[in-house]
Amino acid sequence: MAQLTCSGLDLGYDGRTVLSGLDFRVNAGDYLCIVGENGSGKSTLMKTILGLIRPAGGKITWGEGLRENEVGYLPQQTVVQKDFPATVQEIVLSGCQGRAGRRPFYNKEEKDLARRNMERMGILLLARRCYRELSGGQQQRVLLARALCATRKLLLMDEPVSGLDPLVTAEMYELIRELNREGVTVIMVSHDVAAAVRYASHILHVGSEIFFGTVADYRESALAKRFLVQEEGDPA
Amino acid sequence: MEMLKTYLQFPFVQYALIVGVLIALCSSLLGVTLVLKRFSFIGDGLSHVAFGAMAVAGVLHLSDDMLFVLPATVIAAVLLLRTGKHTRIKGDAAIAMISVGALAVGYLLLSVFSTSANLSGDVCTTLFGSTSILTLTVAEVWLCIGLSVAVVIIFILFYNRIFAVTFDEDFARASGTRAEAYNLLIAIVIAVIIVLAMNLVGSLLISALIIFPAMSAMRLFKSFKGVTVCSAVLSVTCAVLGILISILWSTPVGSTIVAVDICAFLIFCLAAKVKGGTAK
Repeated sequence: MAQLTCSGLDLGYDGRTVLSGLDFRVNAGDYLCIVGENGSGKSTLMKTILGLIRPAGGKITWGEGLRENEVGYLPQQTVVQKDFPATVQEIVLSGCQGRAGRRPFYNKEEKDLARRNMERMGILLLARRCYRELSGGQQQRVLLARALCATRKLLLMDEPVSGLDPLVTAEMYELIRELNREGVTVIMVSHDVAAAVRYASHILHVGSEIFFGTVADYRESALAKRFLVQEEGDPA
Repeated sequence: MEMLKTYLQFPFVQYALIVGVLIALCSSLLGVTLVLKRFSFIGDGLSHVAFGAMAVAGVLHLSDDMLFVLPATVIAAVLLLRTGKHTRIKGDAAIAMISVGALAVGYLLLSVFSTSANLSGDVCTTLFGSTSILTLTVAEVWLCIGLSVAVVIIFILFYNRIFAVTFDEDFARASGTRAEAYNLLIAIVIAVIIVLAMNLVGSLLISALIIFPAMSAMRLFKSFKGVTVCSAVLSVTCAVLGILISILWSTPVGSTIVAVDICAFLIFCLAAKVKGGTAK
């Protein structure tokens, strides 16, 4: 059974439909990239999967013991976070919130989990540093460590490399690939089709045309040819 | 010093100090969240609503205006939060409309139905809290103690969740925290604090009590816990200093406290510059 199945999903907000009739499934260990032009509804899809927006129609089913709030979410950075006075440790620990449930304080187990995930992301030495003083790449690692505290199985990422320089972007992609190899399912929204084809196992292309399938099939599709040629033919 | 000792023996001075410390503590605790969530303006809007409600209570000759002002302000807080969420610009305008409207209607009601001979004195007291903290009754002091204790307990119990919702609302919601409920809780607590603080600094100056300690603490401290604790300690210190100064030199209580807060802010800014750590 799949970890996440979306069948006949219609997306929209404020009564406006952005995408309709979306069918796809994600199995454990998959690396799915959701690509498409700006405004094609990628972020709306992500928010709908997360349960932040109600689907306009269709169904989202969670499987394999995965519940809706057991996913780790790596959101795009908000303005509020840019100058937020909090240490790395405080932020990573806040990922355990869903786990702690009604308990008002974090227990030792959760603190250990936060510590392990900071170690995993290579930011343990930064634990007492202030979040706003870190570089963009370090901040992403902090948010990734927080997302890992919320899940063991499934990560959802919204443009995880936006605003990072090329070197750090490559590092970030490697890090995500490493997590995926360790068995974490990855669903990522990205506008970088070239990188998506290089790293992902499945592609969901949304927009006026919809494609869902493996990367190999996607490369053969007319849709991908148009997009990939565009990107590779771009001198910049 | 001798004079201070004599003054401290008067019960009304003791009451003022107790209430001042508690209000300063509560407002600074929530102030950090409010500033970081970009909700500072809600505090301002609510304080004007509280003024309007106070005027209505006065006109209706309610014996205990707290019973009317508190629910009215809480309702306004809930409404403001609702409108502020959907579209930013509309929310801003809604808050401006409600706050200025409440101020105008409040003053209008007071003028038309005034029963006291000294209208401008009354209005001045409500807006700037000039003397009301020195005329507290025992019942008011107990009410204040009760509400403050409730605020502090709520804050401590929900500290981690308040942090999660403040730092990243979407993440918190995605991982199963009911962010709306906590936003509502924050708004209600803020409304309670504002109504309490009207006695201390009056409705125009409440925002200062909420914002200044948090902003000062954010100059120097790097962790959320550090900022919260520093802001609470600073706010209480400033309130005590302000009240003592105002008693000794008979200056208006509210504005003196705010003036001390401003001085503290400037000192913290300077300290941050000297330290150079958070200069950014």
